Amino acid sequence: METLLQALAFAGGHNTRMVALGCAAFGLAAGALGCFVLLRGRALIADAAAHATLPGLCIAFILAAWLGGNPRSLPLLLAGAATTAAIGVLAAGAMVRGGRLRDDAAMALVVSLGFGIGVALLSVVQSLPVGGQAGLSSFILGQAAGMGQADALLIGGLALLALLAVAVLFRPLAVLCFDPEFAAVSGLPVRRLDLVLMALMLAVTVAGLRAIGLILVVALMVVPAATARLLTDRLPVMVPLAALLGAFAAWFGAGLSAAIPALPTGATIALVACGGFALALLFAPARGVIAFTLRQRRLRRELLAELR
Amino acid sequence: MTLFLQLDLAALLAAVMACLACGLLGNLLLLTRQSLLGDAVSHAVLPGLVLGFAVTGTRATLPMVLGAMLAAVAAALLISLVRRLARLEPGAAMGVVFSGFFALGLVLMELTGARAVDLDVDCVLYGQLEALIWPAATGPSSLLDPAALAQLPAETRILAAVLALVLAGLALLWKELRLAAFDPDFAASIGFAPRGLSLVVLVLVSVACVAAFWAVGSILVIAALVAPPAIARLLTDDYRHQFLFSAVAAVVMGGGGYGAAVGVPALLGLGFGLNAAGMMAVVATLLLALAWVAGRRLRRAPPAVAALSAPRIVAAAR
Amino acid sequence: MTPPALELRGLSVAYREAVVLRRASWTAPVHGLAAIVGPNGAGKSTMLKAALGLVPLLAGEARFFGQPLAAVRRRVGYLPQRASVDWDFPATALQVAAMGRYPRAGWFRPLPRAEREHARAALAEVGLADLADRQIGQLSGGQQQRVFLARALALEAELYLMDEPFAGVDAATERAIVEVLRRLARQGRTVVAVHHDLATVAEYFNHVCLLNGEVVAAGPVATTFTPEHLARAYGGRLPLLDRQVLQPRPVLQAAVPA
Repeated sequence: METLLQALAFAGGHNTRMVALGCAAFGLAAGALGCFVLLRGRALIADAAAHATLPGLCIAFILAAWLGGNPRSLPLLLAGAATTAAIGVLAAGAMVRGGRLRDDAAMALVVSLGFGIGVALLSVVQSLPVGGQAGLSSFILGQAAGMGQADALLIGGLALLALLAVAVLFRPLAVLCFDPEFAAVSGLPVRRLDLVLMALMLAVTVAGLRAIGLILVVALMVVPAATARLLTDRLPVMVPLAALLGAFAAWFGAGLSAAIPALPTGATIALVACGGFALALLFAPARGVIAFTLRQRRLRRELLAELR
Repeated sequence: MTLFLQLDLAALLAAVMACLACGLLGNLLLLTRQSLLGDAVSHAVLPGLVLGFAVTGTRATLPMVLGAMLAAVAAALLISLVRRLARLEPGAAMGVVFSGFFALGLVLMELTGARAVDLDVDCVLYGQLEALIWPAATGPSSLLDPAALAQLPAETRILAAVLALVLAGLALLWKELRLAAFDPDFAASIGFAPRGLSLVVLVLVSVACVAAFWAVGSILVIAALVAPPAIARLLTDDYRHQFLFSAVAAVVMGGGGYGAAVGVPALLGLGFGLNAAGMMAVVATLLLALAWVAGRRLRRAPPAVAALSAPRIVAAAR
Repeated sequence: MTPPALELRGLSVAYREAVVLRRASWTAPVHGLAAIVGPNGAGKSTMLKAALGLVPLLAGEARFFGQPLAAVRRRVGYLPQRASVDWDFPATALQVAAMGRYPRAGWFRPLPRAEREHARAALAEVGLADLADRQIGQLSGGQQQRVFLARALALEAELYLMDEPFAGVDAATERAIVEVLRRLARQGRTVVAVHHDLATVAEYFNHVCLLNGEVVAAGPVATTFTPEHLARAYGGRLPLLDRQVLQPRPVLQAAVPA
């Protein structure tokens, strides 16, 4: 208990502090971005992008090893990851535009085939006569507990950038999410805005993967936004709310896992976020289950009273 | 020949049957726009696996399969509950539920000490097709020898049973499933309970996922569920052909993937093997690209129809 | 005395915050064509769905031929809104029409050939004999609506509940559908249809139920479809509330002899 309080108060030592701060920064950015992605009807696009990074990572590694470079070079790996993730997202869009496959199928295809190709390439990587392969798959699964100062700074910087972009583009993005047809008619560059949104999402996803892992990236991109959606119908409230929820879940989860060493950081954070969602699902004032049940009961009573 | 039977046959059969069982069921998900359910279910089985392991303390297949199935069905029901109660779009509901289940699985894995044994994430993610061997085979005659067949790895035998179950279910409920997928309201009005039918599909999908999971890993389960139906969908507008083509694609994907994983390195004289599950994804991607090109040639649909059928988001994006 | 084909007693439905259907009580005529008419959001589709048990009821009950639906399901046919399904679904017109024969075929077995021929005849009845093997995605909106009608006919029900059978169809299809409805009425069946076009109510139907969250008025068209009742059902939202609406349009009448 004491350790938990210490960790939550950022007093649990330098390392714990870095982890908590880095995760919270990520939660802030992912929560805010997640709102727009969710309202644009593409909640799981981060999932697709995250899985589609694996082939890029492997290709970058193989190319570097082949050309005699340093296969562990971080910029190179990130560039490779971002490239195939972008290809995956664009391919999903193209498949839907082809008219035969729907969003859900396109997304599932990118998730599974992207990752599968990565797995095949991974077996090539493992056979290369150079060192450093071992960390490659943890690149995707992530090790939040092992986050260093550099990672925290990178995440923090990116989060700041994403928040800034969201703030600047708030109005056009809002129109894009609520009424894309109106947006197109009123001369907004819908396609370019979409690409900007996807690019932001990709940047945050790819940066987050290394630091905190795939499952956590998806969780923080989807869950806080969905929770905020339950609590409000107004976008100007929803975005900051989701950002705060994301940051809180990350901070609390990181503290919890620092206090109880058996808890893996990423999964704990995801569970805290899901716990928040469950609470909102039950207790949200308008959309919550309890409110709904009470309302139905009241309506029934009123109707029966009228009948008498 | 005997070497092939001993080393490759069990794995090859498992790969083909896994893809076939999942691919056939995937049609029903694709046609009702629920392809991501495979994604959700295959992540959600993790806590069930871990609990099955924790309760019995062994890596015996049955308790873990049961646990996984329970978790899969629970997750799928929870998703539909969240969708209905919270009126969230399906993608978001799935994202919440499956990331929660997966995270729970990871936490349980640490807490129960399951990780110490070889129930690790890698095995869950990538499968262990290469571990399926049939040492009891002594020659082609073993194929007809019940005693030898009984020595096939448990995974292969379970997959055979599951495939039979899936085929029986599809055959028995052929017209009912089509009705419920196309028009659930009408189905309900004539007493063909669409909710019950979609529950049947759900249970079959979970069973197939969990069985295939051991062979090809969680990610490839998703590929097996979605890729063969998508390939077929690009090629045909006929319900029966949809299932037929997806079955062919599934067999090619499973067999070709396994063959490529074994054959390509041997052919190129490489000193290492390729991951079979991964190669199935590669084969499926190639098939998908082929079907995309062929479908465009095959279909002579007037452009007006194509434009009408394009989803709204796309129309808005232009 | 034979019980009415459809009797609603205090049917009430609430979605989310609001009650969309409030204590709707209505008895469909024993034979003939009845229209359910009302503004958007009046609960017209909801009333049909609630009667069939497709949406949860807050209160009330629906009785078919004096019995609960489960006891007489075979005698009741439903035609959902065309927009409620995905017309890209890989199926032919015949396969969809054949779904109307499923109750007769029963569970767990393929549809017998004779039943398929029934479905083919139903398609012919709506003028789609030539398009039986066409993919439904390639049909026009009017043709798709006729496929739905054929599927309903294939049920050979005595009471039909139709949700907007005329929505978005061309003039030729509208005439064909009216023909079919009149034939059903002549055969002594009952049709209850949600209808949008006030101009054709008097021409196509002989009973009307005016709905606006609750039943405003119901009865024979001649006495019920009056400006006063319409004004009550539509509030001030009826732009064309004049004598013209209440009388059949001469052109269409000439085209469709009663």
